[in-house]
Amino acid sequence: MSDHSIHHAHGHDALHGHTHGDEPGVHYSLKDYTTGFVLAVILTVIPFWLVMGNVLDPAMTRFVIMGFAAVQLVVHMIYFLHLNSKSEGGWNMMALILTIILLVIVLGGSIWVMYHMNANMMPGMGDAAAVTGHGNHDMQ
Amino acid sequence: MSEINATMTGAHGADAGSRYHVREHHPEQGTLLGFWIYLMSDCLIFASLFATYAVLGRNYAGGPSGAELFDLKLVAINTAFLLVSSITFGFAMISAQARNLAKTQLWLAVTGILGACFLALEIYEFFHLIHEGAGPSRSGFLTAFFSLVGTHGLHVLFGTIWLVTLMFQLPKHGITPENMRRLSCLSLFWHFLDVVWIFVFTFVYLMGTLP
Repeated sequence: MSDHSIHHAHGHDALHGHTHGDEPGVHYSLKDYTTGFVLAVILTVIPFWLVMGNVLDPAMTRFVIMGFAAVQLVVHMIYFLHLNSKSEGGWNMMALILTIILLVIVLGGSIWVMYHMNANMMPGMGDAAAVTGHGNHDMQ
Repeated sequence: MSEINATMTGAHGADAGSRYHVREHHPEQGTLLGFWIYLMSDCLIFASLFATYAVLGRNYAGGPSGAELFDLKLVAINTAFLLVSSITFGFAMISAQARNLAKTQLWLAVTGILGACFLALEIYEFFHLIHEGAGPSRSGFLTAFFSLVGTHGLHVLFGTIWLVTLMFQLPKHGITPENMRRLSCLSLFWHFLDVVWIFVFTFVYLMGTLP
């Protein structure tokens, strides 16, 4: 009898787990989406305003808008993609971390290598390209 | 004793904390995780396209530069379309969670229209550029630009097709767990595209316009 009950309980649990397994592991809440949206709008409008209004000097603007993009990435991850360290038993986060590592290698590596290649080009070649660029620039 | 245990398990099963506990020990069937891993591999596609753009982005070959070509007002409107479509998709998910089919369909339709507007504006921009003689074959910069922004646009196109497909499936089968799963996957996909767009407008358009 007790054995049967256990089985029943297990069956119930399994069923319970299953129905919830079909459901997404996240709860979609209005508060999350509105918070995320308001933050995203602010983080989008400011970089556009900085560039379109020529508010800061270009070098400074570059860094500031990169910072805004990074913050907006995190906002989207948390409020729209509902990512946290516990989703899918932590595997989502693991996959993301692996991707970020690969991304840093691919992006950082390409830029690093290509920058040095440009810097080590025969003198004059880089300049020549720049000069032609300017020449045509004037023609347009 | 075991019976008591069993009953207690049952009782606990009802409260949210233990359901959470159960979920942690049995990560649900892998669709959402698998889809997440697909998105991560998609990230790498975009990473290589961004790397290409970073390398080739200033190789104008005597052609026009980003500062001369990009119309930031157009980009701002496009960004707004995509950002608003993100929250309307969120509303669709909230409605689907509440098992409200009519509202889900409505918000999905709004999201789809915003996606289509985004695509229309991007296609207009591309044709405008090609018409001006700034097609993908003009310079390394333009090749990289068209590959990167075009790949993102293709993703939005397929996302929109997927969304329309779901709008046919939802009324047919109702908001079943299967359809809920499909919606969740599309939700991840759609928000992921918005994340990619953050980097497109920051690195390509805004930085390209800076002197």
